[in-house]
Amino acid sequence: MGDFGFTVLKERHINYDANDKSIAEYIAEREPSFRICIECGCCSATCTTGNFIRFSLRELQILLKRGENEIVREQIDRCMLCGKCILVCPRGVNTRNVILLAREAFRKSVENEI
Amino acid sequence: MKLEGKKRIWSEYQKEIADDHYFYVRSCIRQSFFPGSEQFFLHFLGDVLGKDIYENPSHTTCTGIGYHSDVVPLSTIMTVIARHYALMKEAGYKHIVISCVTSFGIYTEIFETWKHFPEELEKTREYLYKATGREFDLPESMTHTSDIIYKFRNEIADRAKYRLVNHETGEPLNVVEHIGCHYSKMFPKYGVGGAEFPNVLGGMIEAWGGNVVDYPERRHCCGFGFRQYLVQANRGYSLSNTAKKFSSMKPYKPDLVLTNCPGCTMFMDKWQYTIREMEGTVYGNNGESIPVLTYEELAGLVMGYNPWDLGLQYHMVQAEPLLKKLGIEYDPADKFKTKDGRQMPVPQNLINA
Amino acid sequence: MLKADKREVVVIGGGAAGMEAAGQLAKAGCIVTLLERESVTGGHVKNWYHLFPDSRNSDEVIEYLARQVNHDNITVRTGVTAGSLEKNGKSIIINTSRGERIRSDAVIVATGFDLFESRRKEEYGYGIYDNVISSADLEMMFRKDSIKRHDGETPRRIGFVHCVGSRDAKVNNLYCSKLCCVTAVKQAMEVKKHIGNASVYCFYMDMRMGGALYEELYKESQEKYGIIYIRGKVSEVSENIDTRLIVKVEDTLAGRPLRMELDMLVLMAGMEMSEGGMGLAESSGLKTGENRFFAPADHHFGTNKSTVAGIFYAGACTAPMNITETISHARAAVADVMDYFRNI
Ligand code: SF4
Ligand code: SF4
Ligand code: SF4
Repeated sequence: MGDFGFTVLKERHINYDANDKSIAEYIAEREPSFRICIECGCCSATCTTGNFIRFSLRELQILLKRGENEIVREQIDRCMLCGKCILVCPRGVNTRNVILLAREAFRKSVENEI
Repeated sequence: MKLEGKKRIWSEYQKEIADDHYFYVRSCIRQSFFPGSEQFFLHFLGDVLGKDIYENPSHTTCTGIGYHSDVVPLSTIMTVIARHYALMKEAGYKHIVISCVTSFGIYTEIFETWKHFPEELEKTREYLYKATGREFDLPESMTHTSDIIYKFRNEIADRAKYRLVNHETGEPLNVVEHIGCHYSKMFPKYGVGGAEFPNVLGGMIEAWGGNVVDYPERRHCCGFGFRQYLVQANRGYSLSNTAKKFSSMKPYKPDLVLTNCPGCTMFMDKWQYTIREMEGTVYGNNGESIPVLTYEELAGLVMGYNPWDLGLQYHMVQAEPLLKKLGIEYDPADKFKTKDGRQMPVPQNLINA
Repeated sequence: MLKADKREVVVIGGGAAGMEAAGQLAKAGCIVTLLERESVTGGHVKNWYHLFPDSRNSDEVIEYLARQVNHDNITVRTGVTAGSLEKNGKSIIINTSRGERIRSDAVIVATGFDLFESRRKEEYGYGIYDNVISSADLEMMFRKDSIKRHDGETPRRIGFVHCVGSRDAKVNNLYCSKLCCVTAVKQAMEVKKHIGNASVYCFYMDMRMGGALYEELYKESQEKYGIIYIRGKVSEVSENIDTRLIVKVEDTLAGRPLRMELDMLVLMAGMEMSEGGMGLAESSGLKTGENRFFAPADHHFGTNKSTVAGIFYAGACTAPMNITETISHARAAVADVMDYFRNI
């Protein structure tokens, strides 16, 4: 191939149509409150984990909904399940269950169960 | 800060705490790390107050640590808890007393799960019956051991030999309280005083003459976090949370940290040692570290029990500076002697000693 | 059809809605009794300082409303609460807190709203931390022309928390109170007018600038006053040893938790169905919605009508409303009352 000293850049969009949203669907079916998050950031502000390392439950939820699963797969085990997020969520999202279900969904997707 | 506002909140979170006939369930770690705590609790309720408190030798771990580390599934832990209820039913008790906050969190979580998903309760009944032939009832009340000490805090104050005041200056001691995430963050209604301004330990401190310190990171986690601690590479993360709390409380010059949960006690105690070794940072006054005590240990000190009988020597941060402030007399020579007077090996490099 | 001047109407509630409705009814020839629970009329407006969007002094509104009820056909009775309403043929009987039974041909319920009690959001420490105040407390400070911390110092860093008691399942208020965003913008600017070198921050989830000139006000607050907007709901507040407040929030647009120390924190308290309104709904079988405000007979054509013939609604007892909307709604209630009289 010819080296021109520059390249064709890849698009950086969230490829919404192609992305796999099955993990999000798996969670939403079992924990409908997953759908009503308004991305307020209360959970992530108060989260013990997010204080020191990159972990925002708000961010992970929106990423799942957009099918950007890989980042979530990497980060979801960082939660300590302390429950502080449940205490503050203004929408009453059952955050701990969302996390547990996300973990379960990733586990099952490895085992080709979903 | 307005105390009135806090009192109003406390009045809204008053839980039922049974008065007698307790079914006591043990913790996995507290007997070994703070052996005096449980001993004091059973002695105080049974011998001092004359209450009926029963512990069944067939009781096991609640498997909470396994559950939080993802090795024990929910259906298993629910069945284990159901088995404890079955033991309680067989012994004829209705009030369960749980001696660990992690475990207490598990019990409350499962209780609420069963309430909202009755089919889970039915499944659990079936699993337990199939596995053991046992049947169970739900408890009439669920209390944490600290709830009971809180309930009898004035009875302890009435019998106090020492108060939480500096015996030289007459000033109340500054006490940091830490209730532990799983005591009431998941379900504020199960905690004395709720989750934001809990009063379970604060009430004891106040009744025994101390000053409760409210500092910015009061609500922050102690840093335990199960998998974070269990995997060595993740421990920095646990440690950093503890460091965050301690740096936040440092300006208030705390004389003591009072904890609710065996896990918190352990981490707030032992991580102080680690941080000191790693970075040379200490959080108390005069280059000292801050003693971290359980509520039973503190109750025992207040009532004038021998600190070595209470097991204070088994902490990483030694309590001598606190004992001096309280004016408690103790014999350093007895510190590492067995009950029958034999000398035990003396640990090296004890902090604060 | 019966002529209006034979008609007696009781208006319950002497705030902006009730006063405007009473005035319009009187002008149309009705004999009006205005019942107000407090010792003076004026409702919430009298606790407010300047009004959005044009910084009008609220005293001007009070004066206008006072003129509206200054009419020979209107009897203003303060210190009286309507306990319950009952139908008696075509009449409606109002049982008052003084044990009277007042007969009327129609009733306009204008019981307004209560401000959300900020202490119910425990994690913000209202009533505990000295320098956490509510939007209503700040208005009183503006009125006294003295914005001071509890220790008497002038605050230099002030934060506003949006949606306190609104859009929050934790306090059972799912709805948006609609006015607090623009009130925060207005108050933030007002603070800057009082304390020139202050830094002012608003913590919001969405900026709901849906009224006339609101968006313009928002832009002006950024451009002329340097108000800083941070998108994130404050999750908790604590106090440090110098009694400064520490807020925890995620800067959701930057995607990282943010910590900030402030001298004063203002909670934008939402609007709730008033206790008085609630009592009336229960005692008189008036329907309320999921948001606990009075549910109108029809959301498009009958926002002033109850499901009981002869009982009408005006103002914020049906939903959060600003003063402009309240006054329009009160006038519309009067139009419905007139229509009702023409048809019975
Ligand atoms: S449960 Fe997990 S996500 Fe929620 S606050 Fe605790 S660590 Fe963060
Ligand atoms: S607190 Fe609740 S609504 Fe807010 S971002 Fe987290 S899950 Fe979503
Ligand atoms: S108007 Fe703004 S502050 Fe008020 S409830 Fe709605 S979004 Fe929240």
